Amino acid sequence: MEFFRIKKDIPFMRHALTFNVISLVTFILAVFFLFTKGLHLSVEFTGGTLIEVKYEQSADLEKVRGALGKAGFSDFSVQNFGSSQDVMIRLPLKGDQNTNQIGDAVMSALQADAPGGTKQRVEFVGPQVGKELAENGAMALLLVVIGIVIYLAFRFEWRFSVSAIIANLHDVVIILGFFAFFQWEFSLSVLAAVLAVLGYSVNESVVVFDRVRETFKKVRGLSTPEVLDHAITSTISRTIITHGSTQLMVLSMLIFGGETLHYFAMALTIGICFGIYSSVLVASPLVMWLGVSREQFIRQKKVVEGANEEGAVV
Amino acid sequence: MNRYPLWKYVTVAIALVLGFIYTLPNFFGESPAVQVSSAKATLKVDHKTQNRVEEALKAANIAHNGIQLDFNGVKTRFKDTDTQLKAKDALEKAFNPDAADPQYVVALNLLAASPQWLTSLHALPMYLGLDLRGGVHFLLQVDMKGALTKRLDSTSADLRTLMRDKNLRHGGVNREGDRIVIKFRDAETQNKARFAISESQPDLQVVEAGDASEPRLIATLKVQAQQKIGESALKQNITTLHNRINELGVAEPVIQQQGQDRIVVQLPGVQDTAKAKDILGRTATLEIRLVDDTPGALDAALAGNPPFGTEVYSERGGQPLLVKKQVVLTGDRLTDAQPGFDNQTQEPAVHLTLDSAGARIFKDVTRENVNKRMAILLIEKGKGEVVTAPVIRTEIGGGRVQISGRMTTSEANDTALLLRAGSLAAPMDIIEERTIGPSLGAENIQKGFHSTMWGFAAIAVFMILYYQMFGLVSVLALASNLLFLVAILSLLQATLTLPGIAAIALTLGMAIDANVLINERIREELRAGMPPQAAISEGYERAFGTILDSNITTLIAGLALLIFGSGPVRGFAVVHCLGILTSIFSSVVVSRALVNLIYGRQKKLTKVAIGQVWKPGVAAGAQK
Repeated sequence: MEFFRIKKDIPFMRHALTFNVISLVTFILAVFFLFTKGLHLSVEFTGGTLIEVKYEQSADLEKVRGALGKAGFSDFSVQNFGSSQDVMIRLPLKGDQNTNQIGDAVMSALQADAPGGTKQRVEFVGPQVGKELAENGAMALLLVVIGIVIYLAFRFEWRFSVSAIIANLHDVVIILGFFAFFQWEFSLSVLAAVLAVLGYSVNESVVVFDRVRETFKKVRGLSTPEVLDHAITSTISRTIITHGSTQLMVLSMLIFGGETLHYFAMALTIGICFGIYSSVLVASPLVMWLGVSREQFIRQKKVVEGANEEGAVV
Repeated sequence: MNRYPLWKYVTVAIALVLGFIYTLPNFFGESPAVQVSSAKATLKVDHKTQNRVEEALKAANIAHNGIQLDFNGVKTRFKDTDTQLKAKDALEKAFNPDAADPQYVVALNLLAASPQWLTSLHALPMYLGLDLRGGVHFLLQVDMKGALTKRLDSTSADLRTLMRDKNLRHGGVNREGDRIVIKFRDAETQNKARFAISESQPDLQVVEAGDASEPRLIATLKVQAQQKIGESALKQNITTLHNRINELGVAEPVIQQQGQDRIVVQLPGVQDTAKAKDILGRTATLEIRLVDDTPGALDAALAGNPPFGTEVYSERGGQPLLVKKQVVLTGDRLTDAQPGFDNQTQEPAVHLTLDSAGARIFKDVTRENVNKRMAILLIEKGKGEVVTAPVIRTEIGGGRVQISGRMTTSEANDTALLLRAGSLAAPMDIIEERTIGPSLGAENIQKGFHSTMWGFAAIAVFMILYYQMFGLVSVLALASNLLFLVAILSLLQATLTLPGIAAIALTLGMAIDANVLINERIREELRAGMPPQAAISEGYERAFGTILDSNITTLIAGLALLIFGSGPVRGFAVVHCLGILTSIFSSVVVSRALVNLIYGRQKKLTKVAIGQVWKPGVAAGAQK
């Protein structure tokens, strides 16, 4: 079996502008939704209480809401979670209320007016924790970006590292845009997924760049766009197969992982799909526009040779 | 060229065997057990305890599957949960005849059911996180400011004693916020006092303030001293929590410091959060103050106007007691409290040991207050209760204090326990709480396991169809990666959580990349007309640099998560990082070893089963 039977290098770079315009538009849309709709942050970030209750039969959400209202709670949200038997109750943080008692208060309110439920999970997060998590998340993102830029600059060239990081950060923004647009819950595990995707799709650029460097060194007389086209074409089959395999695993998580892993797998799915696109079709044109050329890769050799010649002269 | 030296094969074989051995315990599951451990620091659990467990079970006619003694206590296995519950009741009766004063903690537990020889190799199953086994998780924030305030209060008392000892007249020592202000009448005393304070209180930073008519000294705690206080407060709180959680009878509680001022408490299997919170949330502090027994003063106080500088507290029995506001000693000065008997009268008593500063203060106070009463208060959440209010008979020096009179043995025990374990160095607040029901935990394991299994199966089918023999090799390499990863996690006794399982799945999904890279490269070399042996060798070599680069970028992301992540994210990051490391070994070394074994010996290799290699210009299928 062989999926990719490519006779000639595909002229990706001819359409570089189109690819970049497409991703620019997606990017702007994502930023737009991030600003207008905002992320639906989970309790972990905002602080508050989250209670998961399982009922024997289908849960009557109205009854649950009524019970909570009667017990004096306000601003709560009651939703089904996964199945009709599972109910998720979210309560915001409130002033100086002794919030860590809320879980028990909710359960006793439910026992009175909507009986039959068993407490599956309670999460209470105080305000200081949430703020810290958000800060730590931002720090982690920053560290990943800096680490990758430095590594790629050291291993390849600054042009490569800059384009790789731009292309992949744009993935991150697009994932966030999706979460904002659909108002999916953005939790800690989604953040972990986003960062994992960032590291993963930089791989993609690395594989292409590796090939670019190799082609520059081995083949003479090719223009920069031709080299890039060749590198992308010769790695495209690996790109698709690898991402396909990873996606198989993620798909399995999406199907079997249940609610807890749902958004984690969702973030990965978006990340993988856009990762292919951006790291290949966005990063490469950026490298080209930043002015990568053959000399940057064989220069090192020349320096060595030059030194030898000088040595010979002396 | 595609042959490994023997030592490389041996290395791979040994790695695989070790991986297998350390993965093995995870398949045996867990058997129900009952754990008996000591509830008191003075009580040791040893072979005698083990014999007692055996006898108690025999007496109750309960069969067991083995008893073992380790540093946690005596653990006994049972064949099912019914027997386990019966055994727990029997042991509870045998070990704690007086339910009000438990000497031992008898708790339900789960023990790895792996055979003895594995356990002796330290091959233990992975430790399951709370989201997989059910239980409660708390994150407690220690109020460091409270600890400092407390320290300053007791330092103020020390300073008063100091000035009195040195005959330095002062116009009041008061704590104002986080500093102590001392007023003087003249500059000379101020100067002398300053000298005396810096000599006896090295932790204090003293500066002069005020003017000639109103000289003052302002003392603040040095930064190093503040840090030291914070650290020791945290340590004491952790010890106190340990003692309190013993009351709950949890088999394997986790109580750990997190960061500078936080404590994580995890209680596997506990569902009664209300009780757990009640016990954790008790922010009791201990104070010793003098009792105001002036006739009529108590009545006046009860009528609503207590004399200046006094407060009303009630004794354990319920009687009101008028206590001075000034604190003589706080719990930090107390190093130990043990129940015992009075040497002369043989009455039950509590023996207290004070540290040197405490001993000095106590000596002074008792000398000046013979025949008066002293109250020991336990203050919880702003509400105080007098634990005991004994009469001071004589001056007490040396820091060894005995409280006796009107006490039964069990009261003496209780008081000692309360004094020893009842106080927290600094108040704490619950800032995060997570409760996971046991059925949800089992469900989570199921979900995580299924995701990984089906994902792996899908990848395996695809790889074998697409790359044939090389696909099979890749799948075997991927399986060995899973083996290594689980083995390392078990060996490190890392805590496996649901995000951790997700990380295993994701790591496998990403690790296949290395093999795809290699296989594609080999195909490409074949397409370019290279003979098979050379193509294999070249494919592995060329792909290696790329594999390394791409894994390092992924590792950077993993490390960032490890550094900044907390809780569930950290579990994810640990597994992710380890998985990347094992995947480099398995996808490069293990798969190469397999390929070499299969193809390396054939001198005249004309074709390899790597799926169809299509060449441009040649009719499809002809190459096969």
